[in-house]
Amino acid sequence: MALQGNLRDFTVTQLLNLINLANKTGSLLIQGPNAGARAIFREGKLAFAQLANENGSLPAVLHLADKITDAQLRTLEQRAAGMSDKELGLLLINAGYVSQEDILESLRSYFTDIIQQLFTWVEGRFKFQDDQDIPEGRIPVRIALEDMIMQGSRQMREFEQLQYEVPNLDMSLAFTDRPGVNLKKVNLNVEEWRVVSYINPKNSIRDIAKTTQMNDLEIRRIVYGLLQAGLVKLVRPHGAPTQLEGLQTAFPGVEREEQKGLVNRLIERIRSI
Amino acid sequence: MLTVKMVVTGPFNAGKTEFIQTVSEIDVVSTERKISSEAERVKETTTVAMDFGRITVDEELVLYLFGTPGQKRFDFMWEILSEGMLGFIVMVDSTAPETFREARNILEAFRTFSPTPYVVAASKQDKEGAWDLEDIRIALRLDDEDKLLPCVAVDKEAVKNVLLELLDSILKELG
Ligand SMILES: Nc1nc2c(ncn2[C@@H]2O[C@H](COP(=O)(O)OP(=O)(O)OP(=O)(O)O)[C@@H](O)[C@H]2O)c(=O)[nH]1
Ligand SMILES: [Mg+2]
Repeated sequence: MALQGNLRDFTVTQLLNLINLANKTGSLLIQGPNAGARAIFREGKLAFAQLANENGSLPAVLHLADKITDAQLRTLEQRAAGMSDKELGLLLINAGYVSQEDILESLRSYFTDIIQQLFTWVEGRFKFQDDQDIPEGRIPVRIALEDMIMQGSRQMREFEQLQYEVPNLDMSLAFTDRPGVNLKKVNLNVEEWRVVSYINPKNSIRDIAKTTQMNDLEIRRIVYGLLQAGLVKLVRPHGAPTQLEGLQTAFPGVEREEQKGLVNRLIERIRSI
Repeated sequence: MLTVKMVVTGPFNAGKTEFIQTVSEIDVVSTERKISSEAERVKETTTVAMDFGRITVDEELVLYLFGTPGQKRFDFMWEILSEGMLGFIVMVDSTAPETFREARNILEAFRTFSPTPYVVAASKQDKEGAWDLEDIRIALRLDDEDKLLPCVAVDKEAVKNVLLELLDSILKELG
């Protein structure tokens, strides 16, 4: 099913969160008011990105990363015009111009920059299409989204929006331990690490803020980033009433066995509707 | 006679009134009003105060279904409606991603008011543009053990299934 909508309603951060946690493969097209972009993902990792108004060819990307000179760029643009990025990459490596790592590193940084730009887009339409792969001849990379999401969420400034995203500071946090995600490999800053070090179902978000001396805005922003990156989840605070306790207020003065009998009668009745 | 209640909640236009109407033996007491604000005029009427449906089991046991108003300015009603409930259903319109964040917050609010079992019903699964359940699960930040059920609010069997799944969770909780 095509996933589509408006960035005002479903943000780039939320989209990357979804693509990451659902390990999606496909292409994300975004049409902003003045620009367009597309990003291709493979199993929840960024494989490729392109802005509509930039050609993003390998020579241009290498030049941007200072891996080749102005003169080299001009030569390549003239002589290698018909070649695909893959063919050209091989040629450049064989000719000793650049290393394979140079190429991948330049592409990674170029694609990451594009995604960072997308975080600033608040208007526009998006569409995610399953099973679309990168364009023929282009070189794929493999970039985990957690770092990008953390970076994007650090730019969140609107208190109102953060308050909406993380409304209840009395909740606690727990690690999600998703397969293949190692918290140590994610680039967290000092403040984020401090928050992470206090994560424990016994500590509410409010407790963590107090201990780390962060204000509401700061703690909400960090928790928001960690949540969106899929590194933590919200859990009921320690000592909060359980569902069983909650249920007792629905059947005041009724014994547990009798309660079960009542629920069974409700089930029978609804089956018969 | 013993009366028990369940609450059907969720954002504006999710299908709460329709859901209750589908299984209620009485006409859902109408607190519908014509919609005045331009932005929300995607349909003719909206619920103010609450919906109210009834399913009689026998002379001794009656189940009431309360539907909350979807519009945010009525959220002061939530806490009162949730008092003493057996469980609750959060309805979310599968075709309206702009309401997912709100659905998430409503779920959290109800869990805090009254921590009883709940299920999430993804309504309008019959409509074009409906999001897949797996995507909705992530957008709502549901846990693996949270029940997320496909729903078409006018389809009696689908509505029954949601209620039965909730009752099943309640039974499990009672041990
Ligand atoms: N196709 C389809 N339409 C539905 C479904 N559920 C609800 N609708 C329609 O969606 C609209 C909104 O349904 P309501 O039941 O009024 O929604 P509500 O949650 O009570 O809305 P508020 O009280 O205003 O918050 C109505 O036109 C319903 O007929 C569904 O599962 N499938
Ligand atoms: Mg209604």
